[in-house]
Amino acid sequence: MIRLEKRPTPSQAWTVLTPPVAVLATMVAGGLMFAALGKDPFEAIRTIFYDPLFNDQFAAYSRPQLLVKAGPLILIAIGLSLGFRAGVWNIGAEGQYIVGALCGAGVGLAMYPSGSVLVFPAMVMAGALGGWAWAMIPAILKTRFNTNEILVSLLLVYVAEQLLASAALGLLRNPEGGGFPGSRNFQQWPAAANPELITGTGMHWGVVAAFVAVIGAYALLSRHLLGFQIRLTGAAPRAARFAGVNPTRLVVICLGLSGLLAGMAGLFEVTGPAGQISIDFGSGYGFTAIIVAFLGRLHPVGILLAGLLMALTYIGGELAQFMLGVPAAAIQAFQGMLLFFLLAVDVLSNYRLRFGTREVA
Amino acid sequence: MAGISIELLLASLMVAATPILFAAIGEMVVEKSGVLNLGVEGMMITGAICGFAVAVETGSPALGFAGAALGGAGLSLVFALLTQVLLSNQVATGLALTLFGLGFSALIGQGYVGIKPPPTGSLDFGPLSDIPLIGPVLLRHDLLVYVAIALTAAVWAFLRYTRAGLILRAVGESHDSAHALGYKVVRIRVLAIVFGGAMAGLGGAYVSLVRVPQWTEGMTAGAGWIALALVVFGAWRPWRVLLGAYLFGGITVLQLNLQAAGVRVPVELLSISPYLITILVLVVMSSDRRRVALNAPAALGRVFHASS
Repeated sequence: MIRLEKRPTPSQAWTVLTPPVAVLATMVAGGLMFAALGKDPFEAIRTIFYDPLFNDQFAAYSRPQLLVKAGPLILIAIGLSLGFRAGVWNIGAEGQYIVGALCGAGVGLAMYPSGSVLVFPAMVMAGALGGWAWAMIPAILKTRFNTNEILVSLLLVYVAEQLLASAALGLLRNPEGGGFPGSRNFQQWPAAANPELITGTGMHWGVVAAFVAVIGAYALLSRHLLGFQIRLTGAAPRAARFAGVNPTRLVVICLGLSGLLAGMAGLFEVTGPAGQISIDFGSGYGFTAIIVAFLGRLHPVGILLAGLLMALTYIGGELAQFMLGVPAAAIQAFQGMLLFFLLAVDVLSNYRLRFGTREVA
Repeated sequence: MAGISIELLLASLMVAATPILFAAIGEMVVEKSGVLNLGVEGMMITGAICGFAVAVETGSPALGFAGAALGGAGLSLVFALLTQVLLSNQVATGLALTLFGLGFSALIGQGYVGIKPPPTGSLDFGPLSDIPLIGPVLLRHDLLVYVAIALTAAVWAFLRYTRAGLILRAVGESHDSAHALGYKVVRIRVLAIVFGGAMAGLGGAYVSLVRVPQWTEGMTAGAGWIALALVVFGAWRPWRVLLGAYLFGGITVLQLNLQAAGVRVPVELLSISPYLITILVLVVMSSDRRRVALNAPAALGRVFHASS
């Protein structure tokens, strides 16, 4: 008989070990899934995790993509992790990402075709503000009316998707686009473009922002009173109340910060890799970032690594789709599985396994 | 407003409400046992594709619905294993269920895009269905519309009048007390979760087999989340959940009809109205802190670990 015994404090070793164990378990289970789809499991796993980085033929194209995909994931996940630590569940980052992109793009397009150096910074500000404002809706409803922020933030994703479709077809449509949906292409407008900063690396301003966010979050959590309050509220909400933590303020700050970062991620994406506002701009980064945040153990450095790994599964997934005909949906299921295994293995960091029968106390 | 028949509107309202009613009633039972399963959307979409696939392969909608219930229940077992045995965080696990369900359903559904499923027939009430107003509105639907209502009644009676229902509620109010009384908290919760999964699966299959009827990726479009909101709206009471589902169905059908009738309101505003109204309703319901605190199961979302 196996039973679980609660550890007095979570195991340090297992906290670090669970993500790699979960990744390995996902590779095994994913291999079985690919085998069930009639693909060679070893080849599929190698194509996803190894080829994008080291294959002579593809690495030149794939390696820069790693930072392109990881940038928004890390940026969003860092914001989410602050809230998750404090027990504030913002799961509508996808909506904040879309609204941020819409606001930033809207402000930019209003200045078209200005060549001023202030265009891009203004767009970034507008994007961040847009995401922040969208996240303030669940924050205010939560603090004023005690409404569940999980449901509100998620439902607002569907609203944001409709806004996106409406903007792509109407308000922000390219007047010289011959009636096709979609806005002007920002990459062809140097003042608003978010180009690759160092050729061949995939580094753009969004990736820079992601790295800054990682460092900022690390400093916030380990050196700042607010970070301490966030950690305290997550660990012991009642104790936090007694210690004078203002829960309302914390909800507003956590949701606001995550919205801000998600909005910025959306703006960097629309001016960079995506290039324009289009109906299918929402790519699910906001949801995948939830997996990234958990896989990174809600720790800034962990999120950095998890973001890179998740980006790898995106690129490897595309490669596997192209090379082996593995369906795109398989990668999505694969990412979901990763979160399952992580949550399952996590039991080991909070509990100790005890074998044998229970002795009478 | 001309061109919208009230009769037709009410009749299609019942059809639109049925999938969320299934999912919401199932989730209500789960929450009554003290478990918050945020994976309703994932279980619904899994049920939608499982039901669709089985119905197309066998040609029988009945088997399709059975397959959907099994699919939803199967996925919910993963949730049960993680949260009840491996004691994981319920919010995170529910999200994982939804993310996985969306990917998994898209994976299975690849071969089924653009296929028509076998039709689900309407029940025959004979001459009764010719009664003006009542007949067309209430008595010309398929079996599942009535099954959903019957299930609401059954859940209501179960929770209110049976011993098992009392135990389920006790587990949801205070798992430690229930455990001390000798009830198997984990076993009861797993059963509730599986029931919730089967119901969500049925709801999903109703979308793909009757309401739409065809398969497209992500076709449940947030219905699972709306079902979760309805449980709050219904204050964990079956008949209020039913009322909420029908109100919501009414809004959905009305906005679709208004779109079709070409009313001078932006289409986008009409399409987002169901989500906005759900948020509004949530706000109204949760603003009264005392009422929520009175009705919400006290142990909702808390991890149970028998320490002794």
